[in-house]
Amino acid sequence: MKRDPLKPKGGLHYYMQSTSGIVGAILLLFMVIVSLCAVFGWLPHDPLEQNVQFAMQGPNSHFWFGTDEFGRDVFSRTLDGMRRSLTVSISAVSIAAFIGVVLGILSGYLGRWLDQLIVRLSDVIFAFPAILLALAIVSTLGNSWFDTALAIAVVYTPIFIRVARGPVLTVKEMDYVKVTRILGFSSLRILRKHILPNVTAPIVVQVALSLSWAILTESGLSFLGLGTQPPNASLGLMVSEAQPIAAFAWWALFFPSAFITVVVVGLNLVGDGLRDALDPARRSS
Amino acid sequence: MSFGERISRILLSPLVLRISSILTTLFGISIFVFLVLRVIPGDSIIGAFGIETGVLTPDQIAELKVYYGIDKSLPMQYLSWMQSFLSGNMGYSYSTGISVASLTAKSLPVTVELALVGTILGVVMGIAIGTFSARKPGSIRDFSGQLFGLLALAVPGFVLSTAIVTIFANKFHYFPNGYEFVRPWEDPWMNFQQMMFPGLVLGIAVAAPVMRTTRSALLETVDKDFVRTAIGKGVKSRRVQTRHILRNSLIPIVTMTGIQFGYLLGGAVIVENIFSLPGMGRQVLYAINKREYATVQSSVMIFAILFITINVITDLVYRKIDPRIKK
Repeated sequence: MKRDPLKPKGGLHYYMQSTSGIVGAILLLFMVIVSLCAVFGWLPHDPLEQNVQFAMQGPNSHFWFGTDEFGRDVFSRTLDGMRRSLTVSISAVSIAAFIGVVLGILSGYLGRWLDQLIVRLSDVIFAFPAILLALAIVSTLGNSWFDTALAIAVVYTPIFIRVARGPVLTVKEMDYVKVTRILGFSSLRILRKHILPNVTAPIVVQVALSLSWAILTESGLSFLGLGTQPPNASLGLMVSEAQPIAAFAWWALFFPSAFITVVVVGLNLVGDGLRDALDPARRSS
Repeated sequence: MSFGERISRILLSPLVLRISSILTTLFGISIFVFLVLRVIPGDSIIGAFGIETGVLTPDQIAELKVYYGIDKSLPMQYLSWMQSFLSGNMGYSYSTGISVASLTAKSLPVTVELALVGTILGVVMGIAIGTFSARKPGSIRDFSGQLFGLLALAVPGFVLSTAIVTIFANKFHYFPNGYEFVRPWEDPWMNFQQMMFPGLVLGIAVAAPVMRTTRSALLETVDKDFVRTAIGKGVKSRRVQTRHILRNSLIPIVTMTGIQFGYLLGGAVIVENIFSLPGMGRQVLYAINKREYATVQSSVMIFAILFITINVITDLVYRKIDPRIKK
């Protein structure tokens, strides 16, 4: 069947035009596949198994990323750590995005005291450095993966409120929305048909960026000893554990660090690609 | 103008509105910090006695609650914290017996110095690389500049710090942070060496967004009519670059720097712990590990006040460099 040349092109078409978007998607896809391997337990070794006779081995055919001072396989631990980082970050950003978008749309659409209250509350949370606030919340909540996710969600909710509220304020005052309201359509219909589509694009971009921040925050917390607890593997914790042995075992520091960097680079590139694809003003063709 | 009108004009003036909005935010912050950290009473007892808490009789626990001030209702606890915060001692650190105010008097200057070093390094690097990139968009130079920006954004501060420590301390046996921290007025050269690496780590994190903002702001300004006019009337290229293009790109750069300051304070928490700088970040983490909630609460509050102060300063700088905002 021939494609109708007048039919608007889909988002994917525009996304595939951005080089950074494609590179980012490949990096991200790699990390997701690798984490799925850890989810299904397809790892060459048990990430917790200690084998002192194999301790501190460099990368070789048996231990691809070498071993740490307890003889644990760095490759399996890195993949398991990646899985844990992604689980925490995806949960945190899902919670933050959901609550943030609902509050942001309500705040922008209903206005008045509710808007004032929500904006003030987000200002309060904005006044803390992200990692510090997450640290304080985790110190009272606990160290389970969900506590960490919850703490990170609190920190990043206001960003979603702000991103969702902005377009609502603009669209609300547009003539076509005013007309819809005068014609007597319900608020729910206006929200669904006119407001939500305008909020989606910036939120999707924000999700990608927030995921990258969440991964950095999660690994920072684990690095400081307040996230994932030993002997479990987490990328941040692995870096902190590698600190004393890094001079003799570079692989113990390098591989977890490289994985954090690659996934954050991937998410940032995907964010750039999405922004280019979703913003009509930035489309090159 | 009647007296009432005059009063309402004063009350609604931008300055008064601004100050009152800052005060309400601070009030909200204090309640938020209090609620987040105080909902779980009893924990400072567990923190002080550890597993021996189980041996304590109910009477002893009740007495300890009185001692730590957690026997009262939540609003009363809030008021007594606020009273001690505002009256100056900010509560006491139980393990050392020193007031949080005197702890902070020692640690705050370290963090502020670190933040200043980080900001200056970051802004200089960011503007330099941003200008370098924007000179020829799409070239190899631009690509490498942008790659730097991306990596600086993605490599976490603690990875960079650990790498620096490993390389310099173990390979070159140079590690100024291994010695006790020296104040700048005691030994400026030693202090500079101790601030150099942590400042660089924070600076790189700041440089990434500053670089991106500089690049896009420059590229946008280059196309403006007044730049073409300046070139057309024969203004020297260097002068066009600095007076016309850079000057007009400064506003987004300053805004970005102000925003980054908050992230930088967060980064300070991690970096201070790796480079053993006795700043606010270490104070907070130490207090969290010791479960000293009074210290955590007051320190987190000070971080927030610092952050808001920076926002106000950014705003003032903004007015200074953009005459259009002046009224």
